Amino acid sequence: MDIDFTSTGHIVGIDLGTTNSLVAFMDLTGPRIIPGADGDKLVPSVVSILPNGETVVGNPARELLLTQPERTVYSVKRLMGRGLADVAEELKLFPFRVKPESEPGSESVIQLQLGDRTFTPPEISAMVLRQLKKNAEHYFGVPVDKAVITVPAYFNDAQRQATKDAGRIAGLEVLRLVNEPTAASLAYGLDKRENGIVAVYDLGGGTFDISILKLHDGIFEVLATNGDTHLGGDDIDNLLLRIALEDVASEWGQDLSRDNEGVQRLRRAVIQAKEKLSFVPTAAIELEYRGKKYEREITRDLFDKLITPIVDRTLGPCRDCIKDAGVSVAQIDEVVMVGGSTRIPLVRSAVENLFRVKPHTELNPDEVVALGAAVQAAILSGAVDNKLLLDVTPLSLGIETMGGVVSKLIHRNSTIPASATENFTTGVDGQTNVLIHVVQGERELVKDNRSLARFDLRGIAPMQAGMARIEVRFLIDANGILSVTARDQRTGQEHSVEVKPSYGLTDEQVEKMIQESFEQAEQDFAARQVREQRVEADAILAAVEKARHHDAYFDLTDAERSAIDKSVNELLLVYHADDHNLIAAKIEEVNQTTLKLAENMMNTAVKGALKGTRI
Amino acid sequence: MSDFYEIFGLARSLDLSLDDLQQRFYALSRELHPDRFMRKPVAEQQRALDMSSALNDAYRTLKDPIKRAQYLLALEGFDSGEQRSKDVPPELLEEVFELNMALEEMRAGDHSARQQLEQAEQNFSAMLVETDQQLQALFAHYDPSQSRDVLGQIRNLLNRRKYIQNLLTEVQRAWDANRQSPIAI
Repeated sequence: MDIDFTSTGHIVGIDLGTTNSLVAFMDLTGPRIIPGADGDKLVPSVVSILPNGETVVGNPARELLLTQPERTVYSVKRLMGRGLADVAEELKLFPFRVKPESEPGSESVIQLQLGDRTFTPPEISAMVLRQLKKNAEHYFGVPVDKAVITVPAYFNDAQRQATKDAGRIAGLEVLRLVNEPTAASLAYGLDKRENGIVAVYDLGGGTFDISILKLHDGIFEVLATNGDTHLGGDDIDNLLLRIALEDVASEWGQDLSRDNEGVQRLRRAVIQAKEKLSFVPTAAIELEYRGKKYEREITRDLFDKLITPIVDRTLGPCRDCIKDAGVSVAQIDEVVMVGGSTRIPLVRSAVENLFRVKPHTELNPDEVVALGAAVQAAILSGAVDNKLLLDVTPLSLGIETMGGVVSKLIHRNSTIPASATENFTTGVDGQTNVLIHVVQGERELVKDNRSLARFDLRGIAPMQAGMARIEVRFLIDANGILSVTARDQRTGQEHSVEVKPSYGLTDEQVEKMIQESFEQAEQDFAARQVREQRVEADAILAAVEKARHHDAYFDLTDAERSAIDKSVNELLLVYHADDHNLIAAKIEEVNQTTLKLAENMMNTAVKGALKGTRI
Repeated sequence: MSDFYEIFGLARSLDLSLDDLQQRFYALSRELHPDRFMRKPVAEQQRALDMSSALNDAYRTLKDPIKRAQYLLALEGFDSGEQRSKDVPPELLEEVFELNMALEEMRAGDHSARQQLEQAEQNFSAMLVETDQQLQALFAHYDPSQSRDVLGQIRNLLNRRKYIQNLLTEVQRAWDANRQSPIAI
């Protein structure tokens, strides 16, 4: 491999997962995961906002999910680029509250209520990203501000845009969004096989993707992709959780579902049992809570029966994908498994049955996507120049025409970048603007597809109806994100296009969030400093209390003793203030007033020691 | 802007080697893909985006024989004739009439029409195959330096093909609708 890493800065690869997130980079030895300060490679995608406004991310936030569930967000990826109506069902299971829509059905972005503040899903994701950025900076010892971030292949435009926004809010320039299954194929070293057809089956915490690729001398050409952005391990957890909640209700005579802490403890117990069942034939869901006990054995047979409908939901998209790729099952040479849920034996056997090959499970399914993102980062930096990904758009792009019917412009599974042009005219005399409604999806009627955005073409010179000629170009870039440009065919002039994203953030909103995130980072830093000063204060206060019993204390003058008392009282007064400078100043005063005491104590200790040698 | 054939450095032809086209596509992708321009000035990045999207659009069109023929017709100044695809080709009149009857009966819940519909589906599928073979033969014959008559014949066949395809889609829809509603006995 021709690799040159000397000229490149650190571009990291990030897997922003539903359950866990990882950051990786590539050097001469290959792609590698960067661990966090706690040594863990996986950073749980969990964010908690403490009452003082401090943000906590990762493992500590996962613990807070048990004690402060209503201030803690998990699986926020499921809410990215979505509207309230889309996620009503799963919001019932989340402990955090959602701010009701100002106007129902207004296609606005979801707002999560945490304490007295609200956050959008991209802002929560940005907090996870900032943690990964910090981990990488700590690892390299230099700032990191460029990243490749992976997204589910089946993510639509709004979900991709939301992910890119999250990167920007976190202070990262997102050089590329890469589809997760495609990234995984890069990490798997499948190009050792020079030619062939490969399927990547990716069942993660919240999303399912299937992609079929053709490999040819370092070119990874995606032939087709399919999936479900609302299908994953979370669904299995929720299924088991509902059963366990019913059990608890009948055994304890108590509806635990209203008790956030109880639900989260039970949820964790359910996940532990699920994970065990991938390796042992039977496991127990165990919960001890407020003096009561619940225990239920689950055999793998029962587990398999329960989850069969969920696993089956992945098979339809697989068959459609094979069909769209224009290949037969027999032509598929290899199948690669990605995502934590592919550890489940039933998932593996279902995939093996469908594709009639033994799937690859050599690489850690939690890490392979991040490793692939690091490879793509090295491709973009120029360090790797013999590999190239040619990805596709997962969903057809169309515009609304008469009668609410969709006219498709770019079909699904088109290699990206892809473009289409369409001519528009006016319908009324003197009309000066044209509204274009862009949708994504495969259905014929607008209402059955996903509304992406409304584009307002303005500044059309007033003339007779049907006379205007405006050429509109729709371009899907290599990230799978749409942009629209318009040109007056008569004058050649570019038209301004105003975008109103459905379920998304406007540029101004993102800018504001970037600003707020800096302030939040400062606030976090201040909170950390306050905490550190309090630890210091605790130490000195304890030392003074101990010294009050020492002989040296009684050798002090009354004035000296009252000075100590005064400084200690003042420190106690400011102890709970959120001002680390003030606490530090009062600690220093205690230091000063106790100088002589410390000296005397030292002397007696020395004297004692000297005495000891005399005997 | 170059036309799709020029992008690939190919002469206007309807009979392309797919292997050769793929080789050219991969080689050009290595040159033009936006991944290769990440460290270049913004203007060059924009140009790469435009060129690689044109390359992809061209490959998508030329690798599919039907889309390729439609594209070439447009390039040669033939109107696509799509608006005429609703006119029934005269030689199909009788069969289309029967098919529509069967479709009506199916929609009305008369399942005895099933057999008739299956028969019609087979007939039209066979016609589609036949049309494709005729097209294939004409594609091989097409020579841009010779008369444009071949292109006229191709256009008529493409219209016929489109018409048959639409009929088959409708039959498929009737099956799908039928599958969804439970059959009352």
